[in-house]
Amino acid sequence: MASARGEATVQTPAILTFIVADIAAFGLFFAFFMIGRGAQVALFDRSAALLNADVGMLNTLILVTSSWLVVLAVDGARRGDRRTVRTFLALAFVVGAGFAVTKVIEYGDKVSHGITLLTNDFFMFYFVLTGIHFLHFLIGMGVLAMLWFKAGQEAVDGPLFGWIESGGLYWHMVDLLWIVLFPMLYLLGRR
Amino acid sequence: MKRSARGTANLVWLSLSVATLCSWWMAEHHGAGVWTVLLVMLIAAAKARAVALHFMELKAAPLIWRLVFEGWVLLNTAMIAGLYWFTQARA
Repeated sequence: MASARGEATVQTPAILTFIVADIAAFGLFFAFFMIGRGAQVALFDRSAALLNADVGMLNTLILVTSSWLVVLAVDGARRGDRRTVRTFLALAFVVGAGFAVTKVIEYGDKVSHGITLLTNDFFMFYFVLTGIHFLHFLIGMGVLAMLWFKAGQEAVDGPLFGWIESGGLYWHMVDLLWIVLFPMLYLLGRR
Repeated sequence: MKRSARGTANLVWLSLSVATLCSWWMAEHHGAGVWTVLLVMLIAAAKARAVALHFMELKAAPLIWRLVFEGWVLLNTAMIAGLYWFTQARA
């Protein structure tokens, strides 16, 4: 949490406040899902069995790896190493893009089988929760691209450092949420 | 972040990947019987905690931030596992 100069950055607590509010909202969604599931366990488990857990697992690996690459980018920024920062931000973006690809395939597969968010309560939760998470993912990808661009223009251990660190924290949040979302949606009903 | 800290990041990434594969395998093969889902949620909690402490570097943050994130992980995974257990017991 220390900056390039060893002081606390100004931007970091601000983004953390936002992240806490965001994950708290997701916590509520998780609770609504579990309460909804409690009322229709058989339906929820039957529906969850239609999800592709392999793809869900792959998406976890993608986000975890992309998150790790961002850690290495932030580490490079701390040392003022612009090349390292840009390389790892680009890698994090490319790996992260895999999440969009699998998600689009997954949504397409569901819709082609006539499964939409109106199918039942489970799929309502599935599409809304993964959809909101996907929006967070898209924002994160935009941030990574913006940081990569900015890192090509200015020093990474100056004012930009706070942005790189904050962008990294946001990206880790996308990872953090998926780590809980994936087993809850995909794995609870496994028999 | 010193070189050793980068080493920590690599190790955390490796652990997260292995844990992901383990919980997926367990869920697919029902590897731990009736305890499978609880174990899967426990692994998810450990993974979420690792991301918060090491990737988000909350280990080095003021204690209050660390507690908020650790509390979030604990509360949510306990809620999911608890309500799961409750509905299974009733079924």
